Amino acid sequence: MADLIVSLQDVTVAFDGEIVLDRVSLDIQNGEFITLLGPSGCGKTTTLRILGGFVEPQAGTVTFDGRSMKGVPPHKRQVSTIFQRYALFPHLNVYDNIAFGLRVRKTPEAELCERVEQVLNMVNLRGFEKRRIQALSGGQQQRVAIARALVTRPKMLLLDEPLAALDLKLRKDMQVELKNIQKSLGITFVFVTHDQEEALSMSDRVVVMNDGRIQQIGTPQDVYNEPQNAFVADFIGESNIIDGVMLRDGLCRFAGRDFECVDGGFDREQPVDVVIRPEDVKVGAPEAGMLSGLVTGSTFKGVHYEVIVDVNGFKWMVQTTACITVGEHIGLTVGPEDIHVMRKSEYSGLFGDYSTFSDEMDRLSDPAFSAEEAAAAKGGDGDDD
Amino acid sequence: MTNPRALRQKLVAAPYLVWAAVFIVVPLAMVAYYAFTDPAGNFTLSNFHEIAGFSHTFILSIWLGLLSTIICLLISYPLAYLITRCSPKTQRLLMVLVMLPMWINLLLRTYALMKLLEDTGFINELLSLLHLPPVHLINTEGAVVAGMVYNFIPYMILPIYNVMTRIETPVLEASRDLGCNGFQTFRRVVFPLSIPGIVSGVTMVFVPSVSTFYISSKLGGSITLVGDIIEYTFNSEANYNTGATMSLILMGMILLCMLVMNQFTGGDEEAILV
Repeated sequence: MADLIVSLQDVTVAFDGEIVLDRVSLDIQNGEFITLLGPSGCGKTTTLRILGGFVEPQAGTVTFDGRSMKGVPPHKRQVSTIFQRYALFPHLNVYDNIAFGLRVRKTPEAELCERVEQVLNMVNLRGFEKRRIQALSGGQQQRVAIARALVTRPKMLLLDEPLAALDLKLRKDMQVELKNIQKSLGITFVFVTHDQEEALSMSDRVVVMNDGRIQQIGTPQDVYNEPQNAFVADFIGESNIIDGVMLRDGLCRFAGRDFECVDGGFDREQPVDVVIRPEDVKVGAPEAGMLSGLVTGSTFKGVHYEVIVDVNGFKWMVQTTACITVGEHIGLTVGPEDIHVMRKSEYSGLFGDYSTFSDEMDRLSDPAFSAEEAAAAKGGDGDDD
Repeated sequence: MTNPRALRQKLVAAPYLVWAAVFIVVPLAMVAYYAFTDPAGNFTLSNFHEIAGFSHTFILSIWLGLLSTIICLLISYPLAYLITRCSPKTQRLLMVLVMLPMWINLLLRTYALMKLLEDTGFINELLSLLHLPPVHLINTEGAVVAGMVYNFIPYMILPIYNVMTRIETPVLEASRDLGCNGFQTFRRVVFPLSIPGIVSGVTMVFVPSVSTFYISSKLGGSITLVGDIIEYTFNSEANYNTGATMSLILMGMILLCMLVMNQFTGGDEEAILV
């Protein structure tokens, strides 16, 4: 591929004998907005730090513009990083923070001044030149960090959960702003986040990671609509994941009955995971539905109600605009195109049943689980990754 | 005073205010009183004329204080930097080692140093065992400076180490990311960020070095510093007026030095407080 900027091949990283990245291969195209998405300790920050030159992989190759990056230190790479908590220089004001990279490169003062003004305009911080960093709000510090990273005109920008510290509304605005900056500059953005909504709304491509391995690479539509395994289905959006059997192409059995579906290419009688999104289930009278069950929970979410329905012991999550109360019997209907069939994986049976809380929630009330141990087990994958 | 909350806050500060009044303000006023009076209690400036004869002592005190401060800085800065680069566990151990001498009485430490430096002391005995000529160490300016460095170096290491540990790793990585190699990162980020620590370290070593009397009298022999003279005038001569005048001048000079030092911190009050 002519427009390849970065290529990772079978990259493996271990900290203190613990595998953090396990044979990760990833090609990044020039000019794309690619997001590494995954939960804490999945290896996304480590992957980013490999690109920045802060982590040297034990095995595998990293090439940038066709050249091997083995042993190339961070200061000799044509990439810039926006760090989790911005990492601005506390002893320098806004202007000097942004000019830092240019001063190191001995850029003539006139050009330096012009370029700093240019990026200050881009991030809407004109007039803030002489401000001290400590006198800025989180959002303003974020903008300084963006300006400081862009002023050196890197070929690739690495962003390590840059919006995590901002409040919701500002985060949404910065998502749009970052996307606009990326489009107008046309440089490659590698964005790390654990926020699936952020990943879906900003990226050209999403790389879903877990346990140091890439689970799926695809467009936001791909990973949402065609998850490759139960982990991806569960991590991105809400999913009901049900044990099923593929009877033949276009016919699948789960929850005690046969359903028409649009997927095929499986063996006869092959056990599969069936994914059904809560928003795809239609609610009606018990006798009119394909399945029926007892409502055990109903939460008003603004746009819709989130309803938990017990169908023969399996708890479904359903989203509906109708007001449904606990104790009601309702019927559920699923269209053929809303049934997504996946091959069984190591994650089968771990996710997708709404009878329990999330793992994180369970851990909160488990005295045997030590948060410190979990943090230590994560190794060097960013302190609050 | 109508606000009970404000009143309570003032009450919390009361013990210190009483302490400050009794043990700081009153003694200072007394020093000033003695400095401007003769033994009969009449106002006079003659004490200051008398001090002029001791100008060489003042110069020597400042020179030796400055020398020991510089040596402390040259040793402490790289040491503090190296300590911050160790693992947290090693850091704790090394800092305990740095602090350890401070748990031992100053007198004891100075006597120990005396035994090391004497003409028949440990160092010279070691030299004679190796069939090397003896060196005269005790009662020299070098011995006094060594004593100052030995006694006051923890006060230099501590504040520098403190500011250095507060430099966040991502800030150093940002510097590397923006094109700085190791040395440039040190010059452009680590050093500027550690200046407040250097300033408080210098202050905390320079002030006791200039005013010490014990170290110079035990290790310096005939070398007398301002502190020795102040001690002598108070204790042996009972000449409170001359002693108080010297104290006042010394205080003024230290204040001046601190004002100059604080110019380097860009107005941050942090420096004196650390």
